[in-house]
Amino acid sequence: MSTTTTAVLVLLLPFLGAIAGLLTGRRAPGFARPLAVLPTLAAAVLAVVVAWRQGGGGDAAIDAATRLTPTGSVPIDLALHLDGFAVLLAVLVGTVATCVQLYSTAYLRDDPRYPSYAALVSLFTSAMLLVVYSGDLMVLLVGWEIMGICSYFLVGHYWETEAARAASLKAFLVTKLGDVPFLIGIFALAADAGTFRINGILTTAVSGGIDHPTLVALLLLAGVAGKSAQFPLHTWLPDAMAGPTPVSALIHAATMVAAGVYVVARLLPVFAASTAALVVLAVMAAVTMVGSALAALAQDDIKRVLAYSTVGQLGYMTGALAVGDRGAAVFHLISHGAFKALLFLCAGVIIHAAGTNSLAAMARMSGLAKRIPDAYWTMTAGLLALAAIPPFSGFFSKEAVLGAAEHAAQGNGHGIPAAAGWTVLVAGLVTALLTAGYATRLWLLAFHGKGAEAAGHGREPLAMNGVLWVLFLPTVAFGLAAWKLPAWFDGGSLTPTLTTSVLSTGCALAGVIVMYAAWRKTVVATARAPLGAVAADPEAAPAVSEIEAIATHEQAYGGIAAACDPGDPSRLLLGPLHRHAVSGFHLDAVYAALFVRPVRGAARLAHFLDREVVETYVRGAGAAPGLLGAAVRRAQTGNVQTYLSALLAGSVVLAVAAVLVATGA
Amino acid sequence: MHLVYPAVLAALLFCVGLYGVLARRNAILVLMSVELMLNAVNLNLVAFDVWLRDELHAGQALTLFTIAIAAAEIGIGLAIVLLVHRNRGTADIDRLRDLSETAPDAATEPADREQKAEAAA
Repeated sequence: MSTTTTAVLVLLLPFLGAIAGLLTGRRAPGFARPLAVLPTLAAAVLAVVVAWRQGGGGDAAIDAATRLTPTGSVPIDLALHLDGFAVLLAVLVGTVATCVQLYSTAYLRDDPRYPSYAALVSLFTSAMLLVVYSGDLMVLLVGWEIMGICSYFLVGHYWETEAARAASLKAFLVTKLGDVPFLIGIFALAADAGTFRINGILTTAVSGGIDHPTLVALLLLAGVAGKSAQFPLHTWLPDAMAGPTPVSALIHAATMVAAGVYVVARLLPVFAASTAALVVLAVMAAVTMVGSALAALAQDDIKRVLAYSTVGQLGYMTGALAVGDRGAAVFHLISHGAFKALLFLCAGVIIHAAGTNSLAAMARMSGLAKRIPDAYWTMTAGLLALAAIPPFSGFFSKEAVLGAAEHAAQGNGHGIPAAAGWTVLVAGLVTALLTAGYATRLWLLAFHGKGAEAAGHGREPLAMNGVLWVLFLPTVAFGLAAWKLPAWFDGGSLTPTLTTSVLSTGCALAGVIVMYAAWRKTVVATARAPLGAVAADPEAAPAVSEIEAIATHEQAYGGIAAACDPGDPSRLLLGPLHRHAVSGFHLDAVYAALFVRPVRGAARLAHFLDREVVETYVRGAGAAPGLLGAAVRRAQTGNVQTYLSALLAGSVVLAVAAVLVATGA
Repeated sequence: MHLVYPAVLAALLFCVGLYGVLARRNAILVLMSVELMLNAVNLNLVAFDVWLRDELHAGQALTLFTIAIAAAEIGIGLAIVLLVHRNRGTADIDRLRDLSETAPDAATEPADREQKAEAAA
């Protein structure tokens, strides 16, 4: 079997699994689990085979294309482009998707909608692999949009809760808002290059054949910001945590949100052609990183903390792209995908065991770590990776990003503005401090609570715990790949440099120490202020605990993001900033004032015009013939002789008229 | 014989018939008046057939058709009148006004329609 065929199989297997799952889900629910897990597992294995065969090296990219129909204008090819980035990312997607499918079999074990859920996850996996492997922008866009719609359905999986319904709509609308400029950008690129093939577009971009590189880059950037949850379109991601935890792990942490970063990495020469676009990218990344890290410090929902940290880590990736190092960006993408999936899956276990998603409530129960030792140890490793403590994988990938930024800031980047380098470097170091802070806060509040013993929930199923240990391996060991990866990528060094290592590790350690000190100070207040509500039925499937936690968070704590907990160390550290950080710096309120209210007003106006103006005409058009008819009906007396007289009179008149006309009078 | 005599006679017969159809109140007399009108046409047909010296005598042939049709028509007509009289006890055309527009008021119209629909059902 050739490499190309294998790659096509990698795409098709989850797709066929999804179709079969959707078709048989209602009639034969027993098949849902094998149909969900096996195709995804096979795709993951085949993705490894493809990566093995491709063997690394940027020059050795495999291209295969077939043209189904001539379109008459710019041709659209079903093209595969397998280079080091694509094959490695596909391995990540396959692995995480398999883990998530396995985890879901236990997590949603009693869910009546499990077959459609699993089929949508498979469909999503297939679409993501299409994005990764595609060598044609139009085909890539197909996968891109399928991911969007799958995300919509999966965020809204618990549609019984108000939060999930609102979040799914918000996620869909915000990402679509970015996709419209993205589509226009693709058309502009294709018009200049005369092809949708990425290779052709890159050749044109390198030779300077694109007329308005800044405009095109900014248009593409809008779509990327929407998909990858970058400022100012990131607001949907924290809300998307109303979906099931495995979905958050797969879609909203490891893969889909990374698609935007991946597209920029593929099209980097287009962005590099415009200095302005790179600076915009750098500023966007910096604002996203720092803002999301501050917001993550203040969140009360454990999944929202992780969601904001995802936004921040994606900021690192866009930062690496802004300084023109896509190797570092994809390196961080892969290592982040692994450890963030691990963190989310651990969070699912914690939510089930604790019966709540609120950190404030967890801070008031002791012994949670002993109840779920697997989640405790793997989550500790995941948080260390997130905080970029050596030797975990996050340290190496973040070092690669910061090293690239430092390289650009020294003016060594080719055509990369030093300003972009400095922006990313400074923001990256500040974020390293904050990231370590909120990772420590999460760990301390969740596992070192003081108060009553956590209620027993029985042992977590093997499918959930086993998956955690599978993801634990790359979290710990993937950093070593820093020495091997340049052969797969562009060849640029990804190994840590001394300056940035010392700086960022110093920042991270400072963050840990400051947060620990603050926690020691506030933990006494925790005991004084009782707080918390836990799910009522601990024996049910994990998903049930999660639904209850989501549905009751607002009533129990006064908001979906916040809890008025005096024992929260972030309250002490952030001070007056805490209130703003909780609400994501009021960006939602700004959007409500800027967009929601004008749209509502316009809708009311349209409603008024339709009801009062247009309908008046319609009613008038109906009423006039009605009145005429009423007048004519008066002639109908029911006397046949009257009718006949009228007929005769008419005939006579006609005859006379005919005679007059005929004689020419 | 000059053509004008039968033509005038036919016109007179037709007018008498027309008057009967439009003015008589008894349905049987109306039917008789229809016969008068038909016969006026027959008379015309025969007269013009002779005057034109038609080789095929199409006018006379057509007259035979008309007589046959008139016979059939009067048969059906009388049967209808008979049944109407048996049902209603009258053959007065002025009192057979079931097809009249009873309520020209737009407001009461829907209710009317419903009643009619019920009656039809």
